[in-house]
Amino acid sequence: MAKNTQQAASTVSIEGAAKGPGSANPKQGKELTGAQAIIASLEAEGANLVFGYPGGQAIKIYDALYDSDILTHVLARHEQGAVHEADGYARSTGDVGVAIVTSGPGATNTVTGIATAYMDSVPLVVITGQVPSTAIGTDSFQESDIVGITMPVVKHSYLVQDVDEIAPTFREAFHIAKTGRPGPVLIDVPSDIQSQVTVFDYPDSVNIPSYRPTYRGNAKQIRAAAEMISQARQPVLYVGGGTLISKAGPAVAALAHAANIPMVTTLMAKGAVPASDPLNFGLVGMHGSKYANRAINRSDLIIACGARFSDRVTGNVASFAPGAKLIHIDIDPAEIGKVREAQVPIVGDLRRVLENLVQLLEDGEVALPDTAAWVKQLDAWRERYPLYDKRLDESAEQIVPELAMKLLSEALDPADSIVATEVGQHQMWAAQFIDRELPRTFLTSGGLGTMGFGFPAAIGAAIGNPGKTVVCIAGDGSFQMNSQEMATAAINGAAVKVVILDNRALGMVRQWQKLFYKGRFSATELDICPDFVKLAEAYGWNAAQVSDPAQLAAAYRTMLDTPGPYLLDVIIPRDQSVFPMVPPGGRTGEPIGAIDTQEGARELQALEGGDR
Amino acid sequence: MNEMIHVLSALVENKPGVLSRVTGLISRRGFNIESLSVGPTEDPTKSRVTAIVRADDVAYEQITKQLHKLISVHKITDLTDERAIERELVLFKVNAPAERRSEIIEIANVFRANIVDVGRTSLTVEATGDEGKLKGMEDLFRAYGIKEIIRTGKIAMSRNSKEA
Repeated sequence: MAKNTQQAASTVSIEGAAKGPGSANPKQGKELTGAQAIIASLEAEGANLVFGYPGGQAIKIYDALYDSDILTHVLARHEQGAVHEADGYARSTGDVGVAIVTSGPGATNTVTGIATAYMDSVPLVVITGQVPSTAIGTDSFQESDIVGITMPVVKHSYLVQDVDEIAPTFREAFHIAKTGRPGPVLIDVPSDIQSQVTVFDYPDSVNIPSYRPTYRGNAKQIRAAAEMISQARQPVLYVGGGTLISKAGPAVAALAHAANIPMVTTLMAKGAVPASDPLNFGLVGMHGSKYANRAINRSDLIIACGARFSDRVTGNVASFAPGAKLIHIDIDPAEIGKVREAQVPIVGDLRRVLENLVQLLEDGEVALPDTAAWVKQLDAWRERYPLYDKRLDESAEQIVPELAMKLLSEALDPADSIVATEVGQHQMWAAQFIDRELPRTFLTSGGLGTMGFGFPAAIGAAIGNPGKTVVCIAGDGSFQMNSQEMATAAINGAAVKVVILDNRALGMVRQWQKLFYKGRFSATELDICPDFVKLAEAYGWNAAQVSDPAQLAAAYRTMLDTPGPYLLDVIIPRDQSVFPMVPPGGRTGEPIGAIDTQEGARELQALEGGDR
Repeated sequence: MNEMIHVLSALVENKPGVLSRVTGLISRRGFNIESLSVGPTEDPTKSRVTAIVRADDVAYEQITKQLHKLISVHKITDLTDERAIERELVLFKVNAPAERRSEIIEIANVFRANIVDVGRTSLTVEATGDEGKLKGMEDLFRAYGIKEIIRTGKIAMSRNSKEA
């Protein structure tokens, strides 16, 4: 047993073993009801925090939860909030997030949360109560076919049909959620099964012959990759969210420095490699810098590391990086070749593959590429096309959003803070200007782009990371999508700091209307409603509003120094756009609105009505 | 990109909802299933799904990779390019006034098909075979007027020579 535990400890994320006691749990062999077995299973997995919302068909689970000394339950104010909170907990800690909800509307309210986690490969186990087995299919009260409804957005799902299946189902669910390419798993448990009795027998292992993720990359392919790198003159490491999941950040940086290869990162990879690394050229894609986009577009070799060539990165695929060969490393074989053909495909765990690759280079088995001129070129572009230049944007009267983000970045200790974002303009400004040094410290809905994600995710992160400063950067639109969770934060002592970049608009859609729809602002301008400060105070929060640039730094200081949850409503002009921008479907090498310091202006020639 | 017909054979868990996972995934990725058949295998815990899908090679590869990701799917085989054994069962209800019955029965005999029901004005013919044979019969029966066609969907199996 001791040996088993040791093995589990060293390979937890790879093998998918329970983080908790597994079969050595104190309830093993005891007679339990199905509901008690659910709680015992969570305890055996080592979960100690669950998010949820009770209801008629989950009442037995909640009754069993009442007796648990191990599980802390966080009562959300909406099931969507509960799932995003579990997601924020999972993203920030690397553990599996757990949510419990009831049947029918409780279950359907989780769909957006599950889809968000699915798109960003976040491990969740979502437990839904279901009407009794005999009532399934009769349109009974609060019945919904949640297994059917969520089928396209789960990694796997179960409808438990026998009380004895509960323990093995939970073991499988946790294993599947956190191994390979992680994802959400749903377990639907009919109410009658919850009250039937079983002898609790929690397994330590799973046997799923149809599910065997590939961890070890093919040695021949890794050698081929090393040789291709050796030949390259303008290589780029294209770093994606898989880098965080695989804990491969140090390995990516090691390869970058061993062979002098610049890195560009996706939104999901923020924090995977330190922002301060001189070879990290930061965000690539629709709102990435001109220099990062140029780097990948003019490269002769892309080394894709746990990245999936999202349309928000590639723009028009046909014109994306036309001269580049591709080494594509991913644990999910379906991502390789999905968007772009790979000359060297490698299926495997990114960290292991990169470590092998670095070994080949360091052993001198292949020559290191000569990239000095290339890196020098990128440095020159970085100088010439910065994301921000105060000569252009500084305003004495109004708060410039870019500057607001820079200031916030400077006010946060990257080693001791987590930043979550909502979705929209503020998210992109945060991605551009909030510097992150550590993995799992930037939480954002990248794939689904879920407004309403960031605030509950920040609550989950705050509860899961006591002592860390957790800041949610929100827009006035997004924040209102789950603002009811202010109660959850207040009651559970989640000292979340919410910074609303408040432009009284659905800014990103409005920006598109400005740029591509002749300024016809259909349904995107919000009234000054609610008064966010009063709203926060109603929930027992501290709050303030700031509109004077000269007072912003002090306002941040007060926010960060005030114990407990705090809302800072930062008034910014309505008409600001996020630049640079690759128009949707456009060529990423030619973003609009980039600053050119040689010209002393933004490059807006391609646009009519680009007003800044 | 040239779209072609693929015969996709999937070995899956014989559990409720698995067919829905498989077909849902195929349609979700934008492909129409032209024919589908499902049944248990020699191992009662597993089922065989045979789907006929029209897709270009890149898209088809993506479908199979995505199907592989389903936890309930054990194995995907593409039986398109090999000389696999393909069969389908079809029931034809053919217009058959008394004076033309014998012609239709003769056609059925040529194709080694069976007459399974005789009505006052129609005959029902059961035929098994590959696509070419069934198409041939259908064309001939059209001359008499086909009231109804029911097909099982194709099933396919690789030939023994491949295992050796």
